[in-house]
Amino acid sequence: MDIASCKRDFPLLHQIVHGHRLVYLDSASSSQRPQSVLDAMDNYYETTHANVHRGVYAIAEEADRRYEAARTAVGRFIGAPNPAQEVIFTKNATEAVNLVALTWGRQTLKSGDAVLLTDMEHHANLVPWLMLAEERGIELRWIPMGDDYRLDLTDLDRLLDGVKLVACTTMSNVLGTIPPFARIADAAHRAGALVLADGAQSVPHLPTDVRSLGCDFLAFSAHKMLGPTGIGVLWARQELLDSMPPFMGGGGMIADVRRDGFTTNELPWKFEAGTPPIAEAVGFGAAVDYLDAVGMEAIHKHELSLTAYALETLAQRFGDDLRIFGPATTDERGGVLSLAYRDIHPHDLAQVLDQQGVCVRAGHHCAKPLMRRLGVNATARASLYLYNDESDVDTLADALAEAATLFG
Amino acid sequence: MPGLEDLYREIILDHYRSPRNRGELPSPPARRAEGFNPLCGDEVVVYVDVDDGTLKDIRISGQGCSISQSSASLMSGAVKGKSLPEVRDLIRTFKAMMSIHEARLGDGDADEPVALDPESLGELAALQGVVKFPVRIKCATLSWNTLAQGLDDAESPDIATATD
Repeated sequence: MDIASCKRDFPLLHQIVHGHRLVYLDSASSSQRPQSVLDAMDNYYETTHANVHRGVYAIAEEADRRYEAARTAVGRFIGAPNPAQEVIFTKNATEAVNLVALTWGRQTLKSGDAVLLTDMEHHANLVPWLMLAEERGIELRWIPMGDDYRLDLTDLDRLLDGVKLVACTTMSNVLGTIPPFARIADAAHRAGALVLADGAQSVPHLPTDVRSLGCDFLAFSAHKMLGPTGIGVLWARQELLDSMPPFMGGGGMIADVRRDGFTTNELPWKFEAGTPPIAEAVGFGAAVDYLDAVGMEAIHKHELSLTAYALETLAQRFGDDLRIFGPATTDERGGVLSLAYRDIHPHDLAQVLDQQGVCVRAGHHCAKPLMRRLGVNATARASLYLYNDESDVDTLADALAEAATLFG
Repeated sequence: MPGLEDLYREIILDHYRSPRNRGELPSPPARRAEGFNPLCGDEVVVYVDVDDGTLKDIRISGQGCSISQSSASLMSGAVKGKSLPEVRDLIRTFKAMMSIHEARLGDGDADEPVALDPESLGELAALQGVVKFPVRIKCATLSWNTLAQGLDDAESPDIATATD
């Protein structure tokens, strides 16, 4: 598949906003969907919707087949050794991290145990641990970020002493930094800790293999990778999932229920209480099919070259007036550009860009500890995906110049 | 489709570039109230010096976008030296202006907007365009809600005796 033709597959991108072509640069927050994903969900509802796991009639069996086929497809997409058992469908990546904190965490962590986080985590991979720290008296430690916007691993071995879990992003949603995850995971395992990867930003953009990452848990969301909202994944090694207590209670997650107790269902259903997001799973499956057809290597290469073009174009046109919070080169970096332009507040910047049809996000990007570390309240963030091209970056630059005119 | 000129009036940009009553007041005796906009991370700190039922002095600190900062600056000029009932009235009037849009969206009753006396708003009327940009309404009301909180504190005998 030709990556230059990708844009055509996304109906939402072909519209005029405020008299301008829509330029969507907010995929780090949520991506758009190709027609094939929308069609897969429509077709599911039009032809075969029924509840999963219980029906014996034809359309229910077909619903079940499509739901489980999506699970397998998503599992293969991340290199899961046992995709049919190890992929737990959740509401989103946030719920996946909470699932680990509330099951494995509550079962394992005692007062005095430590969890190692990093300076660049999203609130989704912070607040569940803060909640557990409050409840259990566990200690939270932090891998610091250096002035080059990369993690400083100098003291890693000392930080790991007594740590039971390392919870670390695989790509910063603010900086675009890709931490040396496998190296961190390796050190963590040698120190006897487990490792959780917040893959919300990297799984949509980089080839992912849970074994080469070296993670024990991986959390990610469908809506950032061309799929629908309302569904995400927790992947974990099967023996861990087997040993963990269930998450929410209800239908589907049980093998037997008596007046005096219950036994849990087998994997993966043990962690999926209630009717799951079936159409969303089907859409998720179609999304990874689309990404596979384009090829994750090709997507990564495209985004690298587009990020390099953006870094160069913005530096050329705006020089020192424009500051980018993130690595200055494309080494170990994704297509996330957190901008500060002159002293124009990010909210005002985003408002002016919107008038030119350019969608960027302004705010703290759910990473307030990182924003404090950066010394700002907010940034304006442009993020790239496979359907963006150089003309989108040029339009962004033109719109930034327009903002300078207004705010002088 | 509202244009940016509805939002970024010249008077708003002026107050953004040259905010009035910027700074702090010794607290105590002044009351200090903090407001946050969790959506964007903006924060405003309002210091109020209340004496004998009058808002004798006010200072604003914190950081935020042009709308939140200019609204705070315009507010400080409008309330300084006024009696507390007058300040409360102005807060109500301003918030009513900011809620017209929401009220119309909510119940579809566009015929009877909240009665506003434009005379009483003076320069503040420049912020009226913000209601066409619903996401920014919270930016405009942040300092007003924080002022109201500061007045509540100042008027509450329990809290007034507590240390800051």
